[in-house]
Amino acid sequence: MTHILSVSVLNKPGVLTRIAGLFSRRNFNIESLNVGKTENPEISRMTIVVKGDEKVLEQVTKQLHKLINVLKITELDKNSIVERDLILIRVKCTRKQRSEIIQIADTFRAQIVDVAPDSLMIEATGTEDKLEALTELLRDFGIAEFVRTGTVALSRGQASK
Amino acid sequence: MPKLNGGEIIIESLKKENVDVVFGYPGGAVINLYDALYNSKMKHYLGRHEQGVIHAADGYARSSGKVGVCIATSGPGGTNLVTGLANAQMDSIPLVAFTGQVSSSLIGKDAFQEADITGISLPVTKHNFLVTDIKDLARTIKEAFYIARTGRPGPVLIDLAKDVTQAVAEFDYPDQVNLPGYRPTFEGHKLQINKAAKAINEAKKPLLYVGGGAVISGAQSEIRQMVEKAKIPITTTLMALGIYPEDQDLALEMLGMHGTQYANKATLETDLLIAVGARFDDRVTGKLDEFAAQADIIQIDIDPAEIGKNLDVEVPIVGDVKKVLKELLPYIKEKENGEWQQRIKELKEKYPLQYEADESETIKPQYIMEEIDKYTKGDATIVTEVGQHQMWAAQFHKYKKPRQFITSGGLGTMGYGLPAAIGAQIGQPEEKVVLIAGDGSIQMNIQELGTAQAYNIPVKIIIFNNKYLGMVRQWQEFFFDKRYSSTKIPAPDFVKMGDAYGIWSKSIDQKSELDTALKEAMEHNGPAILDVHIPEEENVYPMVPAGAGLKDMIGG
Ligand SMILES: Cc1cc2nc3c(=O)[nH]c(=O)nc-3n(C[C@H](O)[C@H](O)[C@H](O)COP(=O)(O)OP(=O)(O)OC[C@H]3O[C@@H](n4cnc5c(N)ncnc54)[C@H](O)[C@@H]3O)c2cc1C
Ligand SMILES: Cc1ncc(C[n+]2csc(CCOP(=O)(O)OP(=O)(O)O)c2C)c(N)n1
Ligand SMILES: [Mg+2]
Repeated sequence: MTHILSVSVLNKPGVLTRIAGLFSRRNFNIESLNVGKTENPEISRMTIVVKGDEKVLEQVTKQLHKLINVLKITELDKNSIVERDLILIRVKCTRKQRSEIIQIADTFRAQIVDVAPDSLMIEATGTEDKLEALTELLRDFGIAEFVRTGTVALSRGQASK
Repeated sequence: MPKLNGGEIIIESLKKENVDVVFGYPGGAVINLYDALYNSKMKHYLGRHEQGVIHAADGYARSSGKVGVCIATSGPGGTNLVTGLANAQMDSIPLVAFTGQVSSSLIGKDAFQEADITGISLPVTKHNFLVTDIKDLARTIKEAFYIARTGRPGPVLIDLAKDVTQAVAEFDYPDQVNLPGYRPTFEGHKLQINKAAKAINEAKKPLLYVGGGAVISGAQSEIRQMVEKAKIPITTTLMALGIYPEDQDLALEMLGMHGTQYANKATLETDLLIAVGARFDDRVTGKLDEFAAQADIIQIDIDPAEIGKNLDVEVPIVGDVKKVLKELLPYIKEKENGEWQQRIKELKEKYPLQYEADESETIKPQYIMEEIDKYTKGDATIVTEVGQHQMWAAQFHKYKKPRQFITSGGLGTMGYGLPAAIGAQIGQPEEKVVLIAGDGSIQMNIQELGTAQAYNIPVKIIIFNNKYLGMVRQWQEFFFDKRYSSTKIPAPDFVKMGDAYGIWSKSIDQKSELDTALKEAMEHNGPAILDVHIPEEENVYPMVPAGAGLKDMIGG
């Protein structure tokens, strides 16, 4: 079971280390962790995808709350969120394969962001599932390089308080 | 506003926090702070090793109920604090530790005596800070003390770049802290308190299981009322011995691995376990799914993360023990619980705590504890090292008041006892402080004899000398076919050692000598060492093997 936690933290030195350290010390599994600025320069938002059952999730949340610089933790309900990953993939390709790859990219509303004689770089955003499907299709051509941000997410409709 | 340098700002801030005692060890990175101490009225105790320094601050905190403060220099000074921080973190002890750091311009350059102590101490502190700007100094100290002493207490470290203690600024101590991410809950939830009252009023065999949180909260009088109003028997963890007088009928003393049989049996029979500031440690519960298996559980704890961490509970209450019990008490009906009281009495009669006493001249460790109890009229503060002697000290002395028993519970730190006893004595100058030490443990911070001697701190050091790392040897006897791998430990001549430090010392091995020797040590005006030779292979009973259920006790 994976859970998506949206965590707002005070932008103090070491806050990322504290959170990462907590996960390793308490033996919790992190799938991905993302951190970025928010509308308020003093506050950052982390999106953490955690693996585990309800009990694990409860401990993760409570232990995170104990960190002095953690302000707020919300578990995002997967049914009512906008959830995005971004990936950059460099795919090997011959001149002949180019149009086929461009078609695949189009289908996924992905962009070609770099063209080289023997490769293409594709940028795509979307949910994890979508990006995995895209990656699967491109695997046949040979993936030369790959980088993925991990999930960021926000609730739909209203600002989480 | 007065202009002060960083060192002076620290001293002034400490005064604002009502600190009058600090423990420390100087060095280059804190030399400005020591210079400020030179002119101040702050009482500074110089230890002999930073580990000793921080354990002394910890012992001071435990005996006085105040925040313990210690100082160490950068690099090795800071790293020497690590065990002490972890020890305080595990037992929820409020400490503020100041460490020196290299100048801010040198941080990250592998400068002389640089160590990333905020990084190193991250998992063993409640919180820590690195101060690189004198403008942040006073506010940081204010926050550190607030964090250390409120909620679930713990150690907080402040790393001070050297230029910060040198620089000059206006001193302005804030009245309030602004920590939006830190808001401990003190008041229990009304609805939950009502639920708890109902459960307690309906229970036929309720049992109080009280831990260190009740001591921290100062809830002894509320605990007593709980016990007496509805005649609820009480067992305590190692961390709460004495919160309710152990000589009373409803007192079952300690539960757990080396707890009394009657306490452990009561946990098997109870239908309502009331956990009060206790964290279901594995030394207490044994096999989790067998622990209090017949019972519903009420758990009162200030740390929400403790609720349900190890065991699911029916009625969780997040809040301060004293506040919650105060709210709860008016709803508790006076009751006799006659049958249950009778059963408790039976258990206590049938399975008493005992040991093989004989007429010979060998000095049994349990007997020493009984004699100390008698000699001090059960009034002394008992501090321990870690091992078998620690368990005998817990078992064979009746504790009557909170903070009377001081021990390293969660981390089990050998070497804690001697410095902690020194700190405990400084925290309670009027009390008699007795250290129960193992011959192994005391060698881990033996250098602190120098501290005891230098300040004439009258701790009475009783060494239970079995020439073994006895606790480990016991496990090897039971579970490894007596293969005593590296547990035989030849002891030095403790009397000569004491002499070298100018400390009154004596060694005995005959039971008939004990009385007089104890008296001499206790009446000596200053620190004293009494080295008592006990049987080499005496075991601690009862014992629940690690991971077994409490019903599977060995011996007793
Ligand atoms: C060799 C050895 C053998 C041991 N054998 C035993 C044994 O047989 N039996 C035994 O009991 N222990 C034993 N221990 C100790 C054991 O390891 C634990 O340290 C101990 O059981 C924990 O005690 P506690 O549950 O009271 O928790 P503590 O560590 O004292 O924790 C206090 C709890 O109270 C909460 N709290 C703090 N302040 C407040 C407040 N104001 N209001 C509400 N809650 C608060 C905290 O959040 C925490 O949950 C042994 C240790 C050693 C070294
Ligand atoms: C720093 C540290 N190292 C190792 C241990 C493991 N350990 C627990 S009890 C013990 C033996 C203690 O021997 P001693 O102080 O002589 O006490 P005794 O058990 O003989 O009474 C050891 C080695 C520990 N608790 N702490
Ligand atoms: Mg020993």
